[in-house]
Amino acid sequence: MNDMSLTREEREAKLEGMGCKRKRVEDIRFTQGKGNYVDDVKLPGMLHGDFVRSPHAHARVKSINSEKALKVPGVLAVITAETLKTVNLAWMPTLAGDVQMVLADGKVLFQNQEVAFVVATDRYAADDGVAAVEVEYEPLPVLVDPFKALDPDAPLLREDIKDKKDGAHGPRKHHNHIFEWTVGDRELTDAAFNKADVTIKEMISYHRTHPSPLETCQCVCSFDKVKSELTIWGTFQAPHVIRTVVSLIAKLPEQKIHVIAPDIGGGFGNKVGAYPGYICAAVASIVTGKPVKWVEDRIENLTATSFARDYHMTTEIAATKEGKVTGLRVHVLADHGAFDACADPSKWPAGFFNIVTGSYDFPVAYLAVDGIYTNKAPGGVAYRCSFRVTEAAYCIERAMDILAQKLDMDPAELRLKNFVKPEQFPYHSALGWEYDSGDYHTAMRKAMESVKYAELRQEQAAKREAFKRGETREIMGIGVSFFTEIVGAGPSKNCDILGIAMFDSCEIRLHPTGAGIARMGTKSQGQGHETTWAQIIATEIGIPADNIMVEEGNTDTAPYGLGTYGSRSTPVAGAAIAMAARKIKAKAQMIAAYKLEVHEDDLEWDIDGFRVKGLPEKFLGMKDISWIAYNSPPPGMEPGLEAVSYYDPPNMTYPFGAYICVMDIDVDTGVYKVRRFYALDDCGTRINPMIIEGQVHGGLTEAFAIAMGQEIHYDETGNVTTGSFMDFFVPTAVETPKWETDYTVTPSPHHPIGAKGVGESPNVGGVPCFSNAVNDAFSFLGSTHIQMPHDYWRNWKAARELGAVG
Amino acid sequence: MIPGPFDYHRPDSVADAIKLLAELGDEARPLAGGHSLIPMMKLRLATPDHLVDLAGIGALKGIVRDGDRIVIGAMITQHELLASETIASAVPILRETALLIADPQVRYRGTIGGNVANGDPGNDMPALMLTLGAEYTLEGPSGSRTVAASEFYQGAYFTAIEPGEILTSVSIPVLPAGHGYAYEKLKRKIGDYATAAAAVVLTMAGGKVATCSIGLTNLAETALLADDAAAAVIGTTLDDASLKKAAEAARAIMSPAGDGRGPPEYRKHVGGIMVERALKRAAAVAR
Repeated sequence: MNDMSLTREEREAKLEGMGCKRKRVEDIRFTQGKGNYVDDVKLPGMLHGDFVRSPHAHARVKSINSEKALKVPGVLAVITAETLKTVNLAWMPTLAGDVQMVLADGKVLFQNQEVAFVVATDRYAADDGVAAVEVEYEPLPVLVDPFKALDPDAPLLREDIKDKKDGAHGPRKHHNHIFEWTVGDRELTDAAFNKADVTIKEMISYHRTHPSPLETCQCVCSFDKVKSELTIWGTFQAPHVIRTVVSLIAKLPEQKIHVIAPDIGGGFGNKVGAYPGYICAAVASIVTGKPVKWVEDRIENLTATSFARDYHMTTEIAATKEGKVTGLRVHVLADHGAFDACADPSKWPAGFFNIVTGSYDFPVAYLAVDGIYTNKAPGGVAYRCSFRVTEAAYCIERAMDILAQKLDMDPAELRLKNFVKPEQFPYHSALGWEYDSGDYHTAMRKAMESVKYAELRQEQAAKREAFKRGETREIMGIGVSFFTEIVGAGPSKNCDILGIAMFDSCEIRLHPTGAGIARMGTKSQGQGHETTWAQIIATEIGIPADNIMVEEGNTDTAPYGLGTYGSRSTPVAGAAIAMAARKIKAKAQMIAAYKLEVHEDDLEWDIDGFRVKGLPEKFLGMKDISWIAYNSPPPGMEPGLEAVSYYDPPNMTYPFGAYICVMDIDVDTGVYKVRRFYALDDCGTRINPMIIEGQVHGGLTEAFAIAMGQEIHYDETGNVTTGSFMDFFVPTAVETPKWETDYTVTPSPHHPIGAKGVGESPNVGGVPCFSNAVNDAFSFLGSTHIQMPHDYWRNWKAARELGAVG
Repeated sequence: MIPGPFDYHRPDSVADAIKLLAELGDEARPLAGGHSLIPMMKLRLATPDHLVDLAGIGALKGIVRDGDRIVIGAMITQHELLASETIASAVPILRETALLIADPQVRYRGTIGGNVANGDPGNDMPALMLTLGAEYTLEGPSGSRTVAASEFYQGAYFTAIEPGEILTSVSIPVLPAGHGYAYEKLKRKIGDYATAAAAVVLTMAGGKVATCSIGLTNLAETALLADDAAAAVIGTTLDDASLKKAAEAARAIMSPAGDGRGPPEYRKHVGGIMVERALKRAAAVAR
């Protein structure tokens, strides 16, 4: 029974629906060490696999001798490309339309490439086996510098496709060329530049980095020979896609493949793609008839599975002398490594990089992206971003600052002058997107007022004078960034992965007592779906969030969905949840009408049930309706109360935000201190403000890491020099700045609950904000652009080159 | 990240440990806190057949005052150093330095003996021991001997330790009352080795530096004692010119490698700055 003694506020509070700072229900098990991760899966007779990896970045594999390895106690098998060829799996298709070696087939193309897979009774024996495999290499010339990839005499990397003139995305210009992708009107853009008062041009690099989730990539594959069924427990951000891809590659009927993504310790894009470890573990299980576990170590994760970024963006802006932008021209040299394994929707070789016009009303723009091969690990994943949106945001936000500097304008003022205006939404960008909604001016002004922007600029001016007089060795930078994201891939009209449309789904089943279970096609890796998804349902159908169990990640039970990455869960699955809930509500309304003996139109929804309009005492709550639905439904109505929804979004959503950073840099050591970081996010309707705040803190911390030191760096021979946490910068609580968060709310007009997605915004907007702060600090000494990462020694180098250090 | 096979031994006396090391020969390594050796083993850069764990030897624990010296057992952890009243009052710079080693988890396991004996130029204690004029006791099959820290370090990971010997204790002269001290360490993040670091111990008399010694961490193949830099400030009030002279004298003996912390010229530059900053701070705490 619904307790009518409660006030409306109390009834609403009991639901813990949208807008409630509900505590994360999954944390009860995580904080007690009771999560169930892939490495917790232990099956009887389970074997362990580990890789022999190449020490060379480019070499011919002359021979692989497994004789000694097979004599190591516990070692059962050594799988090589020759083994995999017998099942036609030596190569696998990538999400980007390329092919990738599963194990080295004649040559290796990057350091730590997988060469052989040793299977043993335990992990120690497997590694002893790895150490005993003898591989003879003949080193080949190494290509590291992307700017040399298209030289006529550049080494030939991909012998397998050397005669292939057409790639997955059109003609190839060179043996190391993957694709050229162009968007926009070149002639009109050139014309805008020809008559511009002011132009800027800068090569802005976004260096190679890595998502580095706490839990590395791993799987357990178990093949049941009797049933011919393959079960895979894996760290998968998109379990259904993995099932379909495995079915297509391994030619196994899809119903005989069971993919289970248990608890996942962070993904950030690292766990979207398919890796050789999965294929090898599956083949090893089929060959041995036993379950096989594969768990990456940290070095393997950083050096072999899925880097991010590595975009080199030559950026030009045309503008009037008053500071109105009139054209944008960008050329990107995209370093994809040895194989094109980008995890983008298939038709988008550079992801959604064409969001590069950002928050500004560019009348014309032209973008060309050239993807190229180098002797580096494959990947190009969306590291806490929607498909190359971080790169685009960094590009335009850095370029706007450079333009402001050239015009001698304040960078915030320049932005305000060029923002898309509220009345222009839905806004059609010069590079083809329809921005659904936004109010940029309000957000920017709120940010400026919150940090007392004008006073900060005055303080900076005074400090610069003091520096010039020799009274201080510290310089002050104020970083401004204003980003527009494009998230929620996506509409089937333009988004698919290997032909699978990028819808998502939800299935809700209420039980007779007014509780229920909900399953989605998404997969949380820390986002808190178990908490927030229940909150959407609570508000939509008036069942307390605590009474809704959320389950994801098992392809046998969850409805088909495309998974969690690119901030797509809330825009797509979040919508499916609301739509499924509304189907339940519609049936509930029929039941209520029958029981209350009125027409459906005479009912109104009231928090947790239906009420007869004008007769407040005539009320039927959802708890009672659930019981009735099963046990005494109206005549002719099917019993039960459940619904499923597959949601194909009509458009992307466009979250935005205004970030401001204040930083002080000691020019003598290059040591920086982040004095303040203010982040205003507008993600539309806010489902759980506490989880949003947590997401923003996490994303800002990653942005801080990337901008200030985190990189995957290769030396000239193709050795990774940052392959462990000693050198790959992951800040601890000590280094991490204090975050100030804020928000505005501009709901998405096309999303059922108006929500837009937020998980990636802080990474997208944070990186340019930190970098702009560093660049702003140095600008008065005469620099226009200093490349990231801005670690201590590079700051000192910049200071020295600008004459600030003797 | 999985070490190769090895046998594990846990003797309960120094004599037994020495005997084991003698019997097992070159393929045996003594194990202290394991923070250098075990990562090397996980990468299979070190593949000892035998580990002789010193953790069971009670005689290697303890911090005692012996006349005008403090004697610290080799298996005293950084955490135990931090907890010691004796250290805090007699050698406060040792406490300050230990606090800058990695993080609490590492300090619970990492030992002073391992830190000084490994010969890693990135470790913080060797430069401090040079600065303090410490001596190490080495025990081996042919008995016990004492080696000054200044004679101990020969190259990266090369020390005066002979095969079969164990460093059993560290002996530090008690510093004069009113001395000033500072350990300035520049690092990229918690847990990192120094980009550059400088240890300073000095005494002041009449506003001028009376005695001074300066040690440098991670700025050459071994920890360095910067004698010329120290000499440059003696008798001065630590005015800017003297500080600059000391920094330059220190830089003259630095030969750091380039790595992710920065190229050699950067590390030398900030190495000099660490010397200046440590001198200033040491003078400020001197009485």
